[in-house]
Parts: sequence; structure tokens; C-alpha cells
Amino acid sequence: MASATAHPSDAALADFVYQEARLIDEKRLDEWYELFTEDARYWMPLTRGQPEGETHTSLFYEDKLLLKVRIERLRSPNAFSQQAPSFCQHVLQQPAVEEADEGANRYLVRTPFLYAESQLDRQLILAGVCWHHLCCIDGALRIRLKKIELLNCDAALPSIQLLL
Amino acid sequence: MGRYRDNPQAIRALVRRESVHRDVYLDPELFELEMEHLWRNTWVYVGHESQVSNPGDYYTTQIGREPVIMLRGADGAVRVLPNRCAHKGTRLVSAVQGRCAGGALRCPYHGWTYRLDGTLRTVPLKSGYEGTGFESCEASRGLPPIACASYRGFVFARNAPEGPGFEEYFGDSLSSIDNMVERSPEGRLTVAGGVLRYLHNCNWKMFVENLNDAMHPMVAHESSAGTAKRLWEQSPTSAPMPMVIEQFVPFVNGYDFFEKMGVKVYENGHSYTGVNFSIHSKYSSVGEYERRMAEAYGEERSRRILGEARHNTVYYPSLTIKGAIQAIRVVRPLAVDKTLIESWTFRLVGAPEELLARTMTYTRLINSPTSVVGHDDLHCYRSIQEGLASGSNDWVSLHRNYSPAEEAGVAGTYGATNEVPMRGQYRAWAQYMTLGMREG
Repeated sequence: MASATAHPSDAALADFVYQEARLIDEKRLDEWYELFTEDARYWMPLTRGQPEGETHTSLFYEDKLLLKVRIERLRSPNAFSQQAPSFCQHVLQQPAVEEADEGANRYLVRTPFLYAESQLDRQLILAGVCWHHLCCIDGALRIRLKKIELLNCDAALPSIQLLL
Repeated sequence: MGRYRDNPQAIRALVRRESVHRDVYLDPELFELEMEHLWRNTWVYVGHESQVSNPGDYYTTQIGREPVIMLRGADGAVRVLPNRCAHKGTRLVSAVQGRCAGGALRCPYHGWTYRLDGTLRTVPLKSGYEGTGFESCEASRGLPPIACASYRGFVFARNAPEGPGFEEYFGDSLSSIDNMVERSPEGRLTVAGGVLRYLHNCNWKMFVENLNDAMHPMVAHESSAGTAKRLWEQSPTSAPMPMVIEQFVPFVNGYDFFEKMGVKVYENGHSYTGVNFSIHSKYSSVGEYERRMAEAYGEERSRRILGEARHNTVYYPSLTIKGAIQAIRVVRPLAVDKTLIESWTFRLVGAPEELLARTMTYTRLINSPTSVVGHDDLHCYRSIQEGLASGSNDWVSLHRNYSPAEEAGVAGTYGATNEVPMRGQYRAWAQYMTLGMREG
């Protein structure tokens, strides 16, 4: 994982984003899970400019407990929708550091992406912009909020089975 | 020439007392006929009045495959009109929702305008129609209103000019809507929180059947709800059960639980599970909400309203509701093997915001395209769609707890693992597919 000092460089922040996506694509989901702070959220809003996820529906709005359920389920022999298994591939544009406040320990990185999810003969392609809200804990970068703004968030969507 | 068009006898023969022919899920001709007959002869859910609060507000959707506008008129009445210019057929409005400028609908192609009741108001250069017989043609009549009825804010329409009356069609199944509305201390719901639009690669009837299928949760949802339950049981915390666990866990209750919750079946394909209790019965209480409910309705009536925790109510063929969680699912058939399920949610007007948050959590866990519960349901639907291609057996069994007494009518209360809701749906299917259908 990207080792970061107390003052991560732009390159370290970008590297973190690349590595995070890679862990998902390689299904190293236990390692991926550890990247999130205890009170983190993994959020994919349902509408453009959606202010929050509590009183409005989202496509994803998961805390660590729900992410854990998701990861464990994927390993279950009874996860029938994963027979055959799905695979995914992120293609990221250069992450841009939008905000780096060392004093407040807040870093915001914006990354446009393409995401493909495939299962046998079916492939789903999604596009959007991902916002990583990061902080440094014990010298390592952690995710407070991963917000995924899907280009076609208002479209009729098929099952999205893995993680963007 | 297909096998089923103008052949009501062949259509009726697809439904036996306790089984149904696989063609009802697979045959594109039957899908066409469903759109032309079943989805026109029955009362189909269009939208909720709160989506069109003010005169001129509109919401666009489809009945079967026909584009319609739900519109509030200058007189305050909600109407359902075809979204098709009487002239050349252009859709009059293309946004999902909006407000008609200038209190009229104006076609974007040749500028014909219509009053909010659908009557034709103006046609540019009208003199060009003099002496053409225009005034006695179909187009001059404007947009013919579609029969519609609003029940406590829920707007339904029957596209066929003739057919069953609204009350006659739904009967006492409307009590599930009553319960959802009465859960608001002010007796009022408003659409809130957006709409989840989930594409299903299956025939629409598989989704509808599944809603009151009490034999699948403990099998299909073991990997999701079972995992959630296990993780919670293994966690060392003494903290109260999180809402998401509270909502997941009952999905893997045993057969006994699902049998005893009971199912009430009505004629015309309608039914609800959860006569006695349901997976929603044990949600932790919200003190402030209960206080406001007791204030509004009195202790006893309030207890009765909140004690009624129906699971799913199916308003055949187009709508399923969950009053206890204020979420509805709307069925939009797209093709014989493709269905759009829209999940809408409601605010209980006058209730604490916490209730809306609970609704949002539930609908996201269960109805989002990312739902781990939905994934396994959809896998099964799709597997049926593909598995039924096997010619090894033309018939799908709906025998569970079948009784010949059903021949006189399916209405009644049963153990919920009974497949009688599905048998009732196919009786209605055969009836409304062939209603008024001419013999070839």
C-alpha cells in the first residue's frame, strides 16, 4: 500500500487512489476494507448534486458493517448471483488533488474513471467521477468518504455486483 | 400468424388449475398480447398525486408500453392523458416531470396546443383545415382522457374504455394503501427520496410472483441476510442492533415464521402476505413517532395502525407496496424477458425524519441495483428465463397447498407458504388477457 508520511505529496495521494482501485480489481477486499476509517462511508448518490444519503435514496450508501457483509457474501458458496463470478476493471484518469489541508488532516482527490464489470458474456461499462476524502492515520492514508458520482446515476441500471 | 392472437381458447389453456405453461414467460407474441389486453383491461398504477402538486404539473410514464402524462388540471383534478400529439404522434412532453408553460401543452413539432384537460385549444394557420373534414376527425378531439382513479393519492388508470370499475377491481385489498397512509399522523404521504430504477432480465410476472413467495427468502437470501446475521452474532459489541441488521436478519427466518405470517388473497390477482406479522414487525420503536401517532389517532387506533405490518401487497399486475416501510415497487414491462422495476419511497407527513431515514435504508438494501438481496433474486429470475428454454417439461408447478375448493374463488386467508397467490394471479391473467377478445 502507498506509504504516506504525515504530509503526503500529490504523487502519494494519486498513488493511493490507483492502489485502492487495484485492490478491488484484484479482489484483495480484506486489504481494501482496511483502507477505510471506522466511521467511513462508501457512497454512490442516486441524483446529481445530492446533498446527503440519509433522507434520500442512494445507489450505495454503506458503512463498514455493510461493506463487510458485501465482502463476506461474495465468498459465500450460496451467493448464487456469483456463479459464475464477476470480474471488474477500473481505468482511472490522473487523480487531481483538489484540496490538501495538513492542519485539518484533510485531503480531497478527484478522479474521473471508467469501470467495467463482466460476468461470462455480459459486460457493463460505467463512467463517472470519484471523490476520495482522505486523512492520515499513523502515517498511512485512510478513506473517510469515497463518493462515486455516476454519469448515468438516473438511468435504469442492471445489477452492479462488485465495487466501483 | 402466431398461435395465440385471436385465440382466447389457446390462451386460457395455458393456465391450469395448479400450473402454468412456460410460454407465458417466454413467448414474444404473448407479451404483445399482454400489452394489448391485460395491461389495458386492468387498473395500472401511474403515479402519486404528490408528484403533481400544482395545476399544470405533469409526470410522464407508461401504461404497458403506451406513453402517458399524469397531469393536474386548472380545476385541480388529476388526469391521465396519452402522451401523443393528436396530429402526428409526437410526445407532447419528454421530461420525466415538469410544469406546462402557459397552462397548456404545446407540441414541440407543429405547435398544436391543448388545454390541461386534453382538449385541443389551437392549431397554427387553422384556415388550412377549412372544408377538409378536420372538425369531425379523431385529431380534432384532442387527447382522449384515460379512465383514471385516485385512491388516497395513488393514481391508477385503465387504458381500455370498457372494463371493471376501480373499486370492483381492487376491493378490500385497498386496505393496504389505507394502512400506509394512516401511518402518517396527518394521514398524508408525499413522494420523497428519489426513485431507484432497476433493470431485471426476466419476464415481469416472475417479479410479481416473487413478492408473495414465502418459500424463497431462507434459500435465496442466505448469502446476504444470513451473512449479515452471522457477522452481527460474531461481533463482540453490546451496542444495540444497527438498523441495517434489524432489516436484514428476518429474511432468513425459518419456514415456520413465513408460514405463520399468513397470506390474504383477493380475486383479480391481488394479495398480501403478513396477515398476522411480518419481517417488518420487530423494528425498534421510535418514541416520538408513536407519541405523535397516539396524539393524532388516539392510543388504541394508533396501536392498531402500527400493529398492522403487512409484508408485500400485490396490486396486480403493476404495483406492489410495503405499507410498513413506505416503499412501493412499480412494474414496467419492457419486453418478454426485460422488466424495469421502479422503487419509490414516501415521507409520512408529520412523522419524525427518522422514519424517512429508515425507509431509505430499507429500499437501498433491498431495491437498489447494488442490493446483495436483489442480486440473488435476479439471478434466480434470469435462471428461470433461461432454464425454461428446456423443453423437458412445458409446465411450471404451482401445486403447493392447492385445494379444489379454489375453483369457486381464491379469496381467503391461508398459510403464507401456499402458492395460492400465484394461482390467483394466473386466473386473473387468463381472465383479463381474454376479456372482450374476439375469436379468430
